[in-house]
Amino acid sequence: MSLLNFMQWLETTPPSVAFHESIWSFPIVESVHVLGLCLFLGMAVLTDLRLMGIALKRVPVSEVMNRLLPWTWAGAVIMVVSGVVLFLNTPVRYYTNIFLRVKFVMLPLAVVNAWVFHSGIYRKVAKWDQQVPTPKFARFAGAISLVLWSGIVIAGRMIAYNWFDKR
Amino acid sequence: MVLAFFKWCEASWMGKTISGSVYLFPVVEAVHLLALAVIGGAVLIVDLRLAGLGLRQTPASQVARDAEPWLVGSLLIMLVSGFMLMTSEAMRCYYNGAFWLKMWSLLFAMIFTFTIRRRVALKDAVQPITAKIVAFISVLLWSGVGLGGRGIGFY
Repeated sequence: MSLLNFMQWLETTPPSVAFHESIWSFPIVESVHVLGLCLFLGMAVLTDLRLMGIALKRVPVSEVMNRLLPWTWAGAVIMVVSGVVLFLNTPVRYYTNIFLRVKFVMLPLAVVNAWVFHSGIYRKVAKWDQQVPTPKFARFAGAISLVLWSGIVIAGRMIAYNWFDKR
Repeated sequence: MVLAFFKWCEASWMGKTISGSVYLFPVVEAVHLLALAVIGGAVLIVDLRLAGLGLRQTPASQVARDAEPWLVGSLLIMLVSGFMLMTSEAMRCYYNGAFWLKMWSLLFAMIFTFTIRRRVALKDAVQPITAKIVAFISVLLWSGVGLGGRGIGFY
């Protein structure tokens, strides 16, 4: 069974049909997705800017991380849950949409970037907590993160456009 | 008079150029969305701190002062890009209830942010309950802007 077959099956399930036929579910869930973006990305952007030594310069990096990460996680949960519900509206159309595919290539890259940073140079954060400028790899991780998330946001917005859809 | 202004916007060079192009609206809107992420962070980090959450070990005044350039910068980008988006569909906005909800929320949000909230945030010796109420009102007003903005598309 191919992924496309799976998406076609998904489209027939009761939740998917319910979301698709509801007038209100998409506007409400999408509003949650966009407001969740303010929380999730707002915190993530500030953290990345701190890693690059551009914002919140007087606060130690570890403190920014420890204090903001819980909120970032909460925002991420909101984004994933609302995102899944959005996807369930028209699984086949979204699955074949080029912008969604770009988004779902960049998302794991952003996750990997964060994981590499956390399991690597962040382990020794005590050494560079208040260092100015921040170490090169921290600045890299922050910059890469900002670029990836910008791409993810833009790709996400473009999903609505059916310029390249085949159906 | 307001109607005349909106008619003028739609007929303006900017309105015609953006609405006449397939790509310009998405590009300007992408800028609007990215600046939204920044202003979201800048507003929330201060409101969280006022509510006693987030960067608790840093004085609220310091968080507010550090966040202010980002708040002002992203807000300016939002206002400019938002105006551009409006001109491309000015008459639709004029007759759209969600658009006016957004504009009124935006007006009150900006006034509140740069008067009461600013004063409370920069003064560290404030009653916690006052700070929490200020944070709540701020989140409420800015959420109104965000939800109204999204609602424009659905009305």
